[in-house]
Amino acid sequence: MARAHVYKRDHINTDEIIPARYLNTDDEAELATHCLEDLDADFIKNTKPGDIMVAGDDFGCGSSREHAVWAIRGAKVGTVIAKTFARIFYRNAIDCGFYLIESADALDNINDGDNIEIDYDNGVIKNITSGKDITFNPLPDFAVEIIKDGGLLEHIKKTMK
Amino acid sequence: MGMTITEKILARSAGKDKVTAGDLIDANIDIVMCHDVTTPAAISMLQEKGIDRVFDAEKIVVTPDHFQPAKDIKSAELHKRLDTWAKKKNIKYYYPIGKAGVCHALLPEQGHIRPGEVIVGGDSHTCTYGAFGAFSSGIGSTDLAAVIATGQLWFKVPQSIKFVLKGSLPKGVYSKDIILAVIARIGTDGALYKAMEFVGDTLKDMTMEARMTITNMAIEAGGKNGIMPFDEITKAYLDEHLTNKKEYTVFESDADAEYCQIEEFDCSKLEPMVAKPHLPSGGVAVGEVEGMAMDQSYIGSCTNGRIEDLRIAAEILKGKTVKIRTLIVPATPVIWKMAKDEGLFDIFYDAGCVIAAPTCGACLGGFMGILASGEKCISTTNRNFVGRMGSPESEVYLASPATAAASAIEGKITDPRKYM
Repeated sequence: MARAHVYKRDHINTDEIIPARYLNTDDEAELATHCLEDLDADFIKNTKPGDIMVAGDDFGCGSSREHAVWAIRGAKVGTVIAKTFARIFYRNAIDCGFYLIESADALDNINDGDNIEIDYDNGVIKNITSGKDITFNPLPDFAVEIIKDGGLLEHIKKTMK
Repeated sequence: MGMTITEKILARSAGKDKVTAGDLIDANIDIVMCHDVTTPAAISMLQEKGIDRVFDAEKIVVTPDHFQPAKDIKSAELHKRLDTWAKKKNIKYYYPIGKAGVCHALLPEQGHIRPGEVIVGGDSHTCTYGAFGAFSSGIGSTDLAAVIATGQLWFKVPQSIKFVLKGSLPKGVYSKDIILAVIARIGTDGALYKAMEFVGDTLKDMTMEARMTITNMAIEAGGKNGIMPFDEITKAYLDEHLTNKKEYTVFESDADAEYCQIEEFDCSKLEPMVAKPHLPSGGVAVGEVEGMAMDQSYIGSCTNGRIEDLRIAAEILKGKTVKIRTLIVPATPVIWKMAKDEGLFDIFYDAGCVIAAPTCGACLGGFMGILASGEKCISTTNRNFVGRMGSPESEVYLASPATAAASAIEGKITDPRKYM
């Protein structure tokens, strides 16, 4: 079971997820210590492995910095659920083997602190606290294949000579 | 049904006669842009995975820019990793410090951008190159690693939105004002996953420098790429700048190509725009924010750090004195030298501006003009997110070089037409 950290906001951008002043490193553990620092300074203190972030539209807009995905993954966040994701962030997450969930209904049906379980194969977010199930469309097959392989580089290695 | 210019270029890159929006393709990449923030990680990934190779040492262009000259020990380490790799791999077009510049100003200037090609780069503003009738899009480090090793990348062919720009720009209104107006209308996710195709007679009066300001900010509306048709202005720029490979193929959208949306702009009615914090979509006519006190003016970046931008700023600053900290950041060494030779540096010096070395610098809150808490900056850059140029309690107002220069003189947001 995972705890939901809910941000009722659209356009949470890459500068908020990991400010550029920390881009002088690509060390995931170090980046994680600054994850969401300018949006929610307590996020890192309050996050346990497997916890889930929930937000509105256009999550991850802005920079192409994959550091944003690394900071979230480094913070041991299980997944991010958003109404929509910005393109490069979405692509970076798949490339990193990090599963994202696009759901139009999640934000309205999950409160901060709710306990959540996710059934990735069947596309169901179970809100244990409220007892409500929220369905979502699983990622397309090619993306799931990349994630199952452990990310894009492992995926392409299979076909490289 | 015909194809858009974006579909035609992607079809060519995948060796297909036809693609349609939504198709998944494996594109062969023509040019890969690498800089100091996202590339070192890509190199490390390739080394860790045991696929430390480059698909073509002549198709990868490398320049440090974000934190160059190195701002601290950690960024110096990034530069060292980039430098070691570029030399070891015999990257033909490597621009070390002295030649290095803000990537999206440097690559066209040095002749690496050709119409009809597919260009990717480890930077979101890679969409800039679409001004030349190329498909170009920003990617992260893992994609960058994959393309460095294989020369290929998967893409979903995007739907296209057509932006029809009509009429001549009034005095004091520039391409930056157009793109701020576009983003204000459709929002920061108004073109999410989509191609933004700009057409119309307004483009005919625009230099390539001015056009690049528009495609540069396609990402600020969520676009996958920004793109413009090829014309005689494109050709003249290429004739001057292409040095190595001079051949290219011109593609144009079919008359019956499919667009998911069409937006028209009467540019003759536009006013100078200012995008208020904290999203690039916060654009309003300058009159709405005129008189707001600023602490800094920043003129530079991949959006507006080209020679034309510096000329526009100098024209306004000539014989005047700035009231607030004003930074001039020429985007490349060539632009820096042109500005010096044309006497622009004297104008900036006399006005009390600081002239920096080419760098992305404070645009992304790196260094060279960071904001303290409570400070406000009028800036020719592309993003005004919370904390973008420094303290999370600072504010960034996006505008054209003319508006930034006029505002520097008065120390508050000022309509540039007052100084024309």
